[in-house]
Amino acid sequence: MTVEQAGLIYKTTSEIRGPILMVEGIRGVSYDELVRIRRPTGEEVTGSVLDVSRDWAMVQCFGDTSGMDLNITIRFTGETLKIPMSPELIGRVFSGSFEPLDGMPRPLSTDLRDVNGGTINPAARDVPSEFIQTGISAIDGMNSLVRGQKLPIFSESGLSHNMMAAQIARQATIPGSEEDFAIVFGAMGIKHEEAAYFREEFEKTGALSKSVMILNLADDPPIERIVTPRIAQTIAEYLAFDLGMHVLVILTDMTNYAEALRAISIAREEIPTRKGYPGYLYSDLATIYERAGRITGRSGSVTLMPILSMPAGDITHPVPDLTGYITEGQLLLQRELSLRGIYPPMNPLPSLSRLMKDGIGAETTREDHSDVSNQLYMAYAEGTRARGLVRIVGVVGLSERERTWLEFADRFENEFVKQGPYENRSIEQTLEIAWDLLSILPEEDLIRIRETYINKYHPAHKSES
Amino acid sequence: MSLVGTIERINGSLVLAKFDGEPKMGDLIEVGNLKLMGEIVRLSGETAYVQCYEVTSGLRPGEPVVDTGHPLVAELGPGIMSTIVDGVQRSETELWNLTGPFVSRGTNIVPLNREKVWPFEAKVETGDKVVGGDIIGTVQETESFEHRVMIPPDQSGTIKSIKSGDFTVEDVVGELETADGVVPLKMMQTWPVRMGRPTNERLPLEQPLMTGQRVIDTFFPCAKGGAAAIPGGFGTGKTVTLQQIAKWSDADVIILIGCGERGNEMADVVAHFPELEDPRSGRRLIQRTVIIANVSNMPVSAREASIYMGVTLGEYYRDMGYDVAIMADSTSRWAEALRDISGRLEEIPAEAGFPAYLSDRIAQIYERAGRVVTLGGGRRIGSVTLLGAVSPPGGDFSEPVTTHTLRYIGTFWALDTELAYRRHFPAINWLRSFTRYMDVASRWWSQFDPGWEDIRARALRLLEEASEIEETARIIGEKALPDEQRLVLLMAEMLREGFLVQNAFHEVDTYCEAEKQAALLKVLIDFYNEVEPLIRQGVPIERIREMGVVNDLLRLKENPGTDPIDEARGLLKVQADEVAEEYEVTER
Repeated sequence: MTVEQAGLIYKTTSEIRGPILMVEGIRGVSYDELVRIRRPTGEEVTGSVLDVSRDWAMVQCFGDTSGMDLNITIRFTGETLKIPMSPELIGRVFSGSFEPLDGMPRPLSTDLRDVNGGTINPAARDVPSEFIQTGISAIDGMNSLVRGQKLPIFSESGLSHNMMAAQIARQATIPGSEEDFAIVFGAMGIKHEEAAYFREEFEKTGALSKSVMILNLADDPPIERIVTPRIAQTIAEYLAFDLGMHVLVILTDMTNYAEALRAISIAREEIPTRKGYPGYLYSDLATIYERAGRITGRSGSVTLMPILSMPAGDITHPVPDLTGYITEGQLLLQRELSLRGIYPPMNPLPSLSRLMKDGIGAETTREDHSDVSNQLYMAYAEGTRARGLVRIVGVVGLSERERTWLEFADRFENEFVKQGPYENRSIEQTLEIAWDLLSILPEEDLIRIRETYINKYHPAHKSES
Repeated sequence: MSLVGTIERINGSLVLAKFDGEPKMGDLIEVGNLKLMGEIVRLSGETAYVQCYEVTSGLRPGEPVVDTGHPLVAELGPGIMSTIVDGVQRSETELWNLTGPFVSRGTNIVPLNREKVWPFEAKVETGDKVVGGDIIGTVQETESFEHRVMIPPDQSGTIKSIKSGDFTVEDVVGELETADGVVPLKMMQTWPVRMGRPTNERLPLEQPLMTGQRVIDTFFPCAKGGAAAIPGGFGTGKTVTLQQIAKWSDADVIILIGCGERGNEMADVVAHFPELEDPRSGRRLIQRTVIIANVSNMPVSAREASIYMGVTLGEYYRDMGYDVAIMADSTSRWAEALRDISGRLEEIPAEAGFPAYLSDRIAQIYERAGRVVTLGGGRRIGSVTLLGAVSPPGGDFSEPVTTHTLRYIGTFWALDTELAYRRHFPAINWLRSFTRYMDVASRWWSQFDPGWEDIRARALRLLEEASEIEETARIIGEKALPDEQRLVLLMAEMLREGFLVQNAFHEVDTYCEAEKQAALLKVLIDFYNEVEPLIRQGVPIERIREMGVVNDLLRLKENPGTDPIDEARGLLKVQADEVAEEYEVTER
């Protein structure tokens, strides 16, 4: 962080409570301003002002407060947390509080941006509508991603969300366009090997030269995670809306971020709501997620893919729950599918892409895409229902129709959802597989598909014409 | 002379200040050097607690505060229609032009454009006696919307002068001789948003709000002037359902409040509404729509204000004699804003951290819905219908916002995650939803078919019966059920797929006129009445499923008009006769 050695200096800390410091006898300190805290060893960590009156300030410390005493030096910088922007950020690796980790010098620029960013004026937003082909059928076929969307991956520990995110980062293209995505990768509290995996994956495909990595790892200070995603989004906004690039932001793991926020809230003795998280968790998450999007008149875009782990696989846990209310859908990974050897272990039923309707259709993918997707949902839902019945009444107890649903569900999982981590399917291939599977069902059960499309795309009719 | 003071403390959106005088609760405050907007929410000794509508980063204790001397008001007059504004009525289009695509702070633009000239046509004459609410003239604000300029509610007297012509909202269009002297008449008036606008009389509700959405209009209608809530977990389709109602309902004016929701969704509305045509008037839907967009990453306190702003605008149009429908998406985010402020005020929380007055506040908002005789002469009737989305944490309807909301609304559309998973949209669960406006709706519907009420009841009963049978089927398998019961299951499936499921993105199905709804439901019930005797006399259910008309019935909704429905009915009779002959069924 390139903050000049200016500002008000105090050694009047009266209390250290977890990540919170109380500083007395101050003057002229502003709300939310950046604070530099110098340990007795001379090492500096950053913090910011959470609450301020005429003569005291409450400071949250992004570093570890253990080992600090009340004689630490506190410098109020008079500025909010800002980071320098330049095209040279691309290809670099930084810590969760923007210290270089790649042995290169700190980036220099006079273009400083507040990490809290601004709010995109809703009237100035452009509707995201460009279909992104990820090459993954379960996404492209049934939960299509569009440029400028925020679509999280809800996962559990031990599932292949990293592999899936890397595959998306590697394969994402706009059909008919040569432009690649720049990648901003923000890690909050993930393991070293996970970070190394992403780095290797990006390196292998040459994506590293078009990426910026901000890494707060599992053994880095937890409170630092409060700023990590904001730094990532600030860089993404700059690349997108100043340099006109299409940026894919991967933030992992948002649950760790929320835990850092909870730690601060508890230290402040705020009234907790569900599971101890503060009441403002929704609004706070929104200030990170809502920075994705497109702006009318600007050529770039920020597409956001946060990854979060659902503790105990519980989708009603506050973090996935509130995330789902902010993001434009979710991709849900399930252990059950993973155990059956299905990669990606994505269950389409609880997954959703709200912006899909604007990105698909005759002009971008194919006219039957929406109907086919709806039909797959219905058929797979019927199939899983039949599977539930089998457990009780056995296959013999099923009607002919229910058996067909059952067969569909099995084949759907193994042929449509399941694919290789390096298998890149075009949207046409995805729709072909879908039609092949749907043709198992009696034609009159394809009620969600318009008859004109059945006549045009159903394998039985296709061979006729 | 306005009061001034200084900032003492800043805690997030809450700013504590001391004034050199006595400010009033609810006063609008300019905060700090940036002149951010705020509102006094508590007075305690010398300290005023100000909730700030904008981000407070960078504010310092010691910076000035100024009391404007009035509460947060809405500016009412021509120039509101088809605009997109934030929670405190600033035009977002104008902000964009002024400060670029990112919202800047402290940009205090006035809500109503002061330069724009409107063609005012006087409707009263010199010497006319008028009271508050009387219409003195009209302005054709958009092609399809006539703005009626009224005497402000607290004024009355004799028109001293009035003239038609081109005026701005601040120009004097006439003069009113009142008991306290002569006052100028302008097209613009203001009203404090937290106060309901007065009316002459509240009326019983008489008409359903028709939305073109079958499950709503036929099974769970809301009345014009009523209130409805639509709770559901994420992904169950609250927003799409409300937007469908915004698009196709037969209200004269639509106010869409995006309260703490997604920016991209508001962009979608802004992009698509101008393209849409009203099926009744043939005019553009945007011309009767006002959008209030206070998205999730805008300050929570402005989110809190946005609902009051929307309702106030709605009441203003109601007072002109229009039917207004207000959609608030989502009231849970509004309640969270209340909780946030309450927490910062260190109030003792009741349930789930919400303040104890949550229920009162919810009631105050929903009570502003209603059908009324407006102020002024001529017994003008207008209505405000309020539809609120609720986003219960974890989809759990037992949480405080949902449970308190249920006490004050008449229609409840319960969204169901299971239905959403199988892409049954609108995912309104027919067993958990209810309406208290059925008598209103039945009277209205009987114009199409005197037997409508029975048909609807029959359909609902079949759906209920089916869900009970499904319970059994889950244990013994469908195959083991008697054919009479399997017919009920088939019937429920046909009602679901052929009637309840409605594709918002299908060019025909997105809107279904009342006449077609009635005909569609009737033909489905006719089918049941035709085949039920056949089943009873031994025709196997498989044979019924094979009837070609089954598939036709499921696709009738995709075809425009009611002619295909009549054709299908003919076909049904023919095929039923065939089956009867085949199995030698005589008694039918």
